[in-house]
Amino acid sequence: MHIAVCVKQIPNPEIAASQFRIDEQAKKVVPLPGAALVMSPFDEQALEAALRLRDNGMTVRVTVLTLGGEGARAVLKHGLAMGADDAVLIAGASPDSGNGFVTARVIAAAIRRLGDCDLILAGRQAADGDAGVVGCGVAEMLGVPVVTFARSVEAKDGVVRVERVVENGFDVIEAPLPAVVTVSNELGKARAPSLRETMRASRKPVTAWSVADLGVDAAQFAQDQRRCTLARLFIPVDAGRCEFIAGDTPEAQAARLVQRMREEKVL
Amino acid sequence: MSALRVMAVVATRGGLPTAAGAELLGLARRLCAPGGGEVSALALGTGAGEKLIARGADRVLCAADGALADYESERWTTLAERAAKHVRPRVILLSHDSCGADLAPRLAFRLDGMVATGCVAVTLDGDSVTVERPCYGGNAQEVVVLCALPAVVTVRHGCADAFIADDARHGEVTALESAVPDARARVVERRRESGAGVSLEDARVVVAGGRGLNGAEGFEALRDLARQMGGAVGASRVPCDLGWCPHSMQIGLTGKTVTPELYVAVGISGAGHHLAGCGGAKNIVAINTDAGAPIFKHARFGLVGDYRALVPALARAVAAMKAAGAA
Repeated sequence: MHIAVCVKQIPNPEIAASQFRIDEQAKKVVPLPGAALVMSPFDEQALEAALRLRDNGMTVRVTVLTLGGEGARAVLKHGLAMGADDAVLIAGASPDSGNGFVTARVIAAAIRRLGDCDLILAGRQAADGDAGVVGCGVAEMLGVPVVTFARSVEAKDGVVRVERVVENGFDVIEAPLPAVVTVSNELGKARAPSLRETMRASRKPVTAWSVADLGVDAAQFAQDQRRCTLARLFIPVDAGRCEFIAGDTPEAQAARLVQRMREEKVL
Repeated sequence: MSALRVMAVVATRGGLPTAAGAELLGLARRLCAPGGGEVSALALGTGAGEKLIARGADRVLCAADGALADYESERWTTLAERAAKHVRPRVILLSHDSCGADLAPRLAFRLDGMVATGCVAVTLDGDSVTVERPCYGGNAQEVVVLCALPAVVTVRHGCADAFIADDARHGEVTALESAVPDARARVVERRRESGAGVSLEDARVVVAGGRGLNGAEGFEALRDLARQMGGAVGASRVPCDLGWCPHSMQIGLTGKTVTPELYVAVGISGAGHHLAGCGGAKNIVAINTDAGAPIFKHARFGLVGDYRALVPALARAVAAMKAAGAA
């Protein structure tokens, strides 16, 4: 089975809010000096889902693909180190456009170019844009089924079986392959590659394609790019009106809090 | 500029729109208010037509087939596409939940429009639609102009006021042809947690724990406090990912969005992705050992100290208050 995993390189989402900066003129996040870009954690879990199918005895070939410039090779190398077999870098479209149509159009074309993908996995959303659009878009463009928010992914006899997270439990969904599945954090932790695997991955080749190579219709591509514009990117201002309740003992603090909440009609 | 039409995909329960569904109708009405416009409601698996008209719809498209009551991606997408081609709306509103976040992108691609998910504000500007939404895990907020139409938008719970129900309102209820081809992706089982106690989404009080609880045992104290306050217990993402509590308790950007009157955040630092799920709470009380934790910037009241002493003390203080009130 050939599994394509769509990954995105993003600023580390774990950095403290206090260190997060935006250039409002450029409408861009200011990179933190010395902080490396990382694979979006949901995408890491999508790759983990693919690798677990292999762990369970299935013969799988895993291709990681991403959009971006030369710098995005790092995220592919990380995928190879985790256990992917092949990597594809697609140049010529910014993954940061915030426009899921552009990204989905290019990825769908790349999947067609790969030709024999049975299962396409992606994170439920990129942890920068937090949109969660591309997986569904790729499926719609390829005309294949999609299951979102997977907490487990199994495949057998040409059918993928997914536990899909909903508000108060999960649905079990079966879909014929080929299909797209987006993976949620409920899947659990992604494996961390060893130093040896990282070294070995650094020597593995990365296939480079451009949007032009993929035969994406230029007029369609231009139309996609006009579907939305980013008007503003900013850090929301905190209200900052917290009343700290002190007290000699926890009991005194608690009693004082209850009293203040009653006075303010919060309780 | 063509006549304004807004379509809302409204979830119903017991023949009435859910709180989130009613908010969508309220938002749709408000979008139409300045220059006039028509609000259509799409209601699948229900015959709640008149009730939706009272709550703001001018036109209701119903597919009363009970088999559609629970969300199924392919059938709902096909029917929503059918409804949208009938109504030809400029804006399609959905709730940002596991249904809307799945349906909205699919619909946008089918209709060759544009999509924005998890929005906190929607406004109209000429022919284009402007949305505001948190991104970068809630650390940032963006304003995006959607130029391709229809603009398919999922809206976070608690970001709009419901329309005050008015039974005198008139409207038209249309049955939507509900036959669809067999779905390729089929739901073979629906597992739900037994809803003991108050559900998080409906709770007036939510007591939530984070990384600072340092283990599953910490949630016991939170449950006691929630019981005293008649509330529900939730969590930030870390305790769920670490297995201290089930993921169904997760509140945040990728979990549930709650809008209680009172939100008690215990051992939660207040990362943006968590605040995206609880920022709509009317009042936040934060309990944390770190006085510099970002959660205090969003809190009305703050207690700095060890939750292991403070939470039980608070439960006792609330119990004492109730006893005094009853006496």
